[in-house]
Amino acid sequence: MPTRILVPSGVLGLGFDHQALAKGVANKPDAICIDGGSTDSGPYYLGTGTSKYSTLATRSDWRELMIARESLGVPLVIGSCGTCGSDQTVDWMFDLTQEIAAELGQRVMVARLYSSQTTDSLTAALEADRITALQPPVPIDAETLSTCSNVVALAGVEQINIALASGADIVLAGRTTDTAVISAIPVAKGEHVGAAWHGAKIGECGALCSTNPVSGVIQIDFDATGFTVIPLAEGASCTPYSVSAHMLYENSDPLRLVEPGGVLDVSNAVYQAIDSDSVRVTGSVWETSSNYTVKLEGSRLVGYQTSAMVLLRQPKYVAAARQWTQRLDTFLKGKIHQQMELAESEYDIEFRLIGIDATLGSLETLESHPVEVGVLMLVTAQSQDIANDIARLCNPYLLHYPLSDNEELPTFAFPYSPAESVRGALYEFALNHVLELDDPMDAFRLTVSEAG
Amino acid sequence: MATLIDAVKTVRSKNAGPFWVTIDIFFADAAAFRRVSTVLDSDSVATVLQVPVTELKRFDLSDIYVIKFSFPRTVVQGSRFDRDMHGAQYANLVAAIEVPAEAF
Repeated sequence: MPTRILVPSGVLGLGFDHQALAKGVANKPDAICIDGGSTDSGPYYLGTGTSKYSTLATRSDWRELMIARESLGVPLVIGSCGTCGSDQTVDWMFDLTQEIAAELGQRVMVARLYSSQTTDSLTAALEADRITALQPPVPIDAETLSTCSNVVALAGVEQINIALASGADIVLAGRTTDTAVISAIPVAKGEHVGAAWHGAKIGECGALCSTNPVSGVIQIDFDATGFTVIPLAEGASCTPYSVSAHMLYENSDPLRLVEPGGVLDVSNAVYQAIDSDSVRVTGSVWETSSNYTVKLEGSRLVGYQTSAMVLLRQPKYVAAARQWTQRLDTFLKGKIHQQMELAESEYDIEFRLIGIDATLGSLETLESHPVEVGVLMLVTAQSQDIANDIARLCNPYLLHYPLSDNEELPTFAFPYSPAESVRGALYEFALNHVLELDDPMDAFRLTVSEAG
Repeated sequence: MATLIDAVKTVRSKNAGPFWVTIDIFFADAAAFRRVSTVLDSDSVATVLQVPVTELKRFDLSDIYVIKFSFPRTVVQGSRFDRDMHGAQYANLVAAIEVPAEAF
């Protein structure tokens, strides 16, 4: 008997095709598995321990999946709860789960798998040479670790299976690899390990491996020699091309994928259409590593930002936008020194010219002749008050600063009031490392309780 | 001279974790893939991306008619000087690389 996993979507909170989900439920899967996170939207979410997605949209999706799970009596597993998979977002998902269970009159056992790391344990691991840099190397020391507001380790199949072995109906996992949340159950049931990981990689973005990427829902059947991927939305189909090409997506290496405890190699995988919609894949290889490592992700606070935008429309200023911001920059630094007594090392002002090269910066090679230019000013300082105050000092000059001393003061366009927007805390990813563990659970914690 | 985008089906780029960007060049068929694969040199790609060619990983995937390049981001995703969180605009630079007549 193959192990059948229903994947409702690439991420919880984006919604899914309800009919396709119903079809998936009717096919009696062994589990419903979904990813809840990613680093794609930057370091802010891990830095603050918050979800990128709307709480109401997440709640609505999760409610539908909890109803589907109850009707099937199979596990419901989510990995990387709340975008970043920190302890805070696992608890956020737990609160939602409790609310929904109470609302639906469900009594469910919920396992929370926590992935957040403490500074003390990481510092000890660093001293014991158990933290290794990946490429490209990002230098770290004890201070870097202590300045991270959140560090998570990415769990693999071992930790998820321990959570499932508790008898949980629902597993709310902190940060996991995108794939582990799908491959865990097939691996536990003794299916082909290479196929489990490969099928999980193909399915981790939901229907992105099909011809109808937005439909979300897919089913993957894992067995002793391979896996079959079946899109469930009306009109969606998978082809050997759409499935094999998905190994390219967001992967720096399309043939080898490093995971906790080993490496998936798909160099010799064979992709075959078995009907007009489904694709069977065999020949995937899992190479078990000699030591067990989990990847770390960390985010640290680097300052606070305030932004402002002004629009240049007068042709003379559009044509000389760069020259204008350079002159303005020099002038503002003088004003900030004079009136705020701040040294240039205490803050940063950056101008990005929307319409010229705001996207690519120094990589831009095309010269444009825009009708207008948006000047985005980003102020960064060590406190929000200072960043706000600098932006307020800049405000009248963003609005009126001339190209030369001997001309009438221009007035540009502020698109809203106030012209300054408080951007809040600015974070950056601080770790590109793996942590070696003796036991897969060494860096993770499990709590099992009843909800409803 | 014609540009790469005229000889291919599509070019896309995307972040691959916070520290890498990956670029996928898709071709319509094996013949188009072969023609471009032989004339597209990695140096020209490294030049438009302003990364050392030694840091550019290249995969010529003849089974799916794709050439893939991956490189470490010079500015880490979402850090102060990043301009394109998901790295999807790098594809425009590669699409605009000039290619010789043999590519067609």
